[in-house]
Amino acid sequence: MTTPVEQERTQPEAVGEEVAAEDRPWQTVVWNDPVNLMSYVTYVFQKLFGFSRDHATKLMLDVHHKGKAIVTSGTKDKVEADVAKLHAAGLWATMQRSS
Amino acid sequence: MKRWIRDGDVVVGRLDRQEAAVVRGLVSQIQDMLIARAEEAPQDELAELTGIRTGPSEAPDDPILGRLLPDFHRLDDDAPDPDEVNSAAALRSLHEPELLDHKTGAAEVVLETCSPDGGEIRLSIAQAEAWMASLNDVRLALGTALDVTEDMPDELPPEDPRSPHLGVYHWLTWVQDTLVEAMMP
Repeated sequence: MTTPVEQERTQPEAVGEEVAAEDRPWQTVVWNDPVNLMSYVTYVFQKLFGFSRDHATKLMLDVHHKGKAIVTSGTKDKVEADVAKLHAAGLWATMQRSS
Repeated sequence: MKRWIRDGDVVVGRLDRQEAAVVRGLVSQIQDMLIARAEEAPQDELAELTGIRTGPSEAPDDPILGRLLPDFHRLDDDAPDPDEVNSAAALRSLHEPELLDHKTGAAEVVLETCSPDGGEIRLSIAQAEAWMASLNDVRLALGTALDVTEDMPDELPPEDPRSPHLGVYHWLTWVQDTLVEAMMP
């Protein structure tokens, strides 16, 4: 797990689109697709990133309803590793610079 | 198939012979596609010396492999950003060998634990996660081939050539979903 659970829980807004601090220059984006199961996507977010069930479910619903969600952010290396893990789980993930 | 049940550190399911044949057949096909892709990777002496493998820099032409092995950037179909195109090529080359290992390894776990005769399947947590990932890959492949949409009906009109395959897709969805349910923390 790359991100401690407590850190994620205490900074739930840190992955929001409006936050683009210099120390989080890259973002991991997960895109909606018609195949991946809502239950599986939630499981993967919890398992890979140590998110709480509630936080993982909220991100999954964002992917489902809005078409995408920013799930993690950070250095290029961290985000690159997160995208690789999501690909291994079969999710459609990409990385982008914070705007 | 009854739904998967978790009993401590073991996850238990059961497939009949015909169901086991469907799972093994589809998982083998995906594994073969992934192995063929891995064998296309450029070979060079430097990689053999250093142990640092490089994969192809270009995305697969095949839409199924393309879905299983996505780009690291969302590239605009019409006017992709040249920097992102270069970066996506470099990242694919760097990460694809490991991704292929992961996916073929998950498929291997399914083939090792699912007897061709069917019957009870007893999985460790790690093996159950390999099953989830491998069933997901099979569904991604079938979903791409069948052009599955978000509001796909349970059945298609009988004259639709995809009709007989959709039942298999929906069944695999159920198998994966009950496995996730059994595993959910």
